Amino acid sequence: MGRTLIEKIMSSHGGGNCGPGDVVWIDIDNRTARDFAGASVVGNLEKYGGDSPIAEKSKTFFTFDCNVPANTIPYANNQQRIRIFARKHDLKVYDVDAGIGSHVVIEEKFARPGTTTVGTDSHLNIMGSVGAFGQGMGDVDIAYAFKTGKVWFEVPESIRVTLEGLPADGTEAKDIALAMLRRFSSHELLGKSIEIYGPWVQSASLEDCVTLSSLATEMGAIIALIPPNDNVLEFFGITRNEAVYADSDAAYLEDYTLDIEGLKPLIAAPPSPTNVFPVSEKTDVKVDGVFIGSCTNGTYKDLKYAAELLKGRKVAPGVMLKVVPATRATWARLLGEGLLKDIFDAGGIVSNAGCGGCASGQIGMTGEGEVQISTSNRNFKGKQGKGNTYLAGIGTAVASAVLGRIASVHDLKEVL
Amino acid sequence: MAHDMILKGRLWILSENGKLFSDIDTDMIYHNAHLAVTDIDKMGQYAFGNLEGYRDFSSQARPGDLVLAGENFGSGSSRQHAVDCFKALGVQAVIARSFGAIYKRNAINSGFPIIELPDLPDEPFNQFDQIELNLEDGTLSAWDNRYQGNPMSEVARDIYLAGGLFQYAEKM
Repeated sequence: MGRTLIEKIMSSHGGGNCGPGDVVWIDIDNRTARDFAGASVVGNLEKYGGDSPIAEKSKTFFTFDCNVPANTIPYANNQQRIRIFARKHDLKVYDVDAGIGSHVVIEEKFARPGTTTVGTDSHLNIMGSVGAFGQGMGDVDIAYAFKTGKVWFEVPESIRVTLEGLPADGTEAKDIALAMLRRFSSHELLGKSIEIYGPWVQSASLEDCVTLSSLATEMGAIIALIPPNDNVLEFFGITRNEAVYADSDAAYLEDYTLDIEGLKPLIAAPPSPTNVFPVSEKTDVKVDGVFIGSCTNGTYKDLKYAAELLKGRKVAPGVMLKVVPATRATWARLLGEGLLKDIFDAGGIVSNAGCGGCASGQIGMTGEGEVQISTSNRNFKGKQGKGNTYLAGIGTAVASAVLGRIASVHDLKEVL
Repeated sequence: MAHDMILKGRLWILSENGKLFSDIDTDMIYHNAHLAVTDIDKMGQYAFGNLEGYRDFSSQARPGDLVLAGENFGSGSSRQHAVDCFKALGVQAVIARSFGAIYKRNAINSGFPIIELPDLPDEPFNQFDQIELNLEDGTLSAWDNRYQGNPMSEVARDIYLAGGLFQYAEKM
């Protein structure tokens, strides 16, 4: 019997001949903690870590992205506590300038196809985008990983999802993720490892894979693994033989197909990422603010697309447009290519790299009754403030900012 | 008391519109405004501080209480706070139809019992009934009602009995 992608990754990391339901100790290649919960990781290590709290320094690091630079004293204290611990144990800190840790780990090519990464970020399963295992965990788990290099894991059952057909022009990776949330809600894939196949993922860019995989958490899945395509292999400079793929005769708990042929832009209305509608059904909703960024839609490709759409256009009067590049490298590239100027000239605010709108209000919160279009991944009640957050892709976000109401990128063509 | 396999106490049933409250995410359990708190004892006051209908939970809960919810309890972020806030209040266990994957891990690792009862009806008991939860066989009972859930997994039980992941590892 063949094996699924997650079973192969776990097997190659100490899991032996494991199958679904087996609890195995797996070796972790990258052990990370953020400024959020990182201080508690340090606390656990100080309490339980003994004389040698770090198993392998070269595989262990901190990434600050949640509250950067700290805008509350408790966060500032936590970050400083981490820095002091890191200096003492000679660990690298990707500090407040670095950007979103999960993206840094891919940019630095630490999270390569087939590897394992853990950290205190529930979207760390974003590593599924490169055919690697990643998992967000709490501070106890992560402290344990820092100290021993291992975590226990119950091998999940695998579900294969095949996306059939190709979406319409102007439809993005985010819309496909929303289509999956609409179909599967947050229950059907709960606790499962999903593998995504089909013509769209075969030719998707690395950035689009990141967007799609980043919504696995909202689907309730352990991870959404995308078998590395040519674009991803090229990014890492490796061949198919150096990546890991599921066996052709692997056994899946379920085998679903989802028709995305001709799919048009979608939007998730509050209060849940699974509350999905066609954008065309929500065009009478007036918009107060737009956030573009996050680990879901904050890549160079995403922001370049936003800048191109904004070039020569203006944000509607009274609408805030807040843009946060995912990483410092993204920032540098946008800066060098003059793309930030297009965003600025259109009336946008550009903040330093980080988690932006998702965390503790790095770039502001919403007030009572405020309608925000966000390219992020969560719109739960109270998550980004008192207002009402809708989740959408870049095209919808920009069009809504320019038109002052929910709109798709197709509506934008009428402007200018 | 700390590592009993049979827990007895008062049951909080979390419901919404007559149904067991589902998809209670970690921001409803423990809002991100309080994430910088690292002292477990200070986390209790924020438990369910963002959960409609239960914002006064922290002041009303008593040590020994148990909590019951619907599907996908603890979805969302990886914050350990969402488990620790219950420990701080002396809540003995959380019971739900299902749990978010990360929440489940966090609970297991900190030795906090959670039990899944996938087939629980919407009104299994009355609010604040005295119930008995058997971690060994996964049953929840009060009066004449008895519901069968999933027993604790072996790893979860071992870590619970050891008192947490680090304590468990020391015994390995």
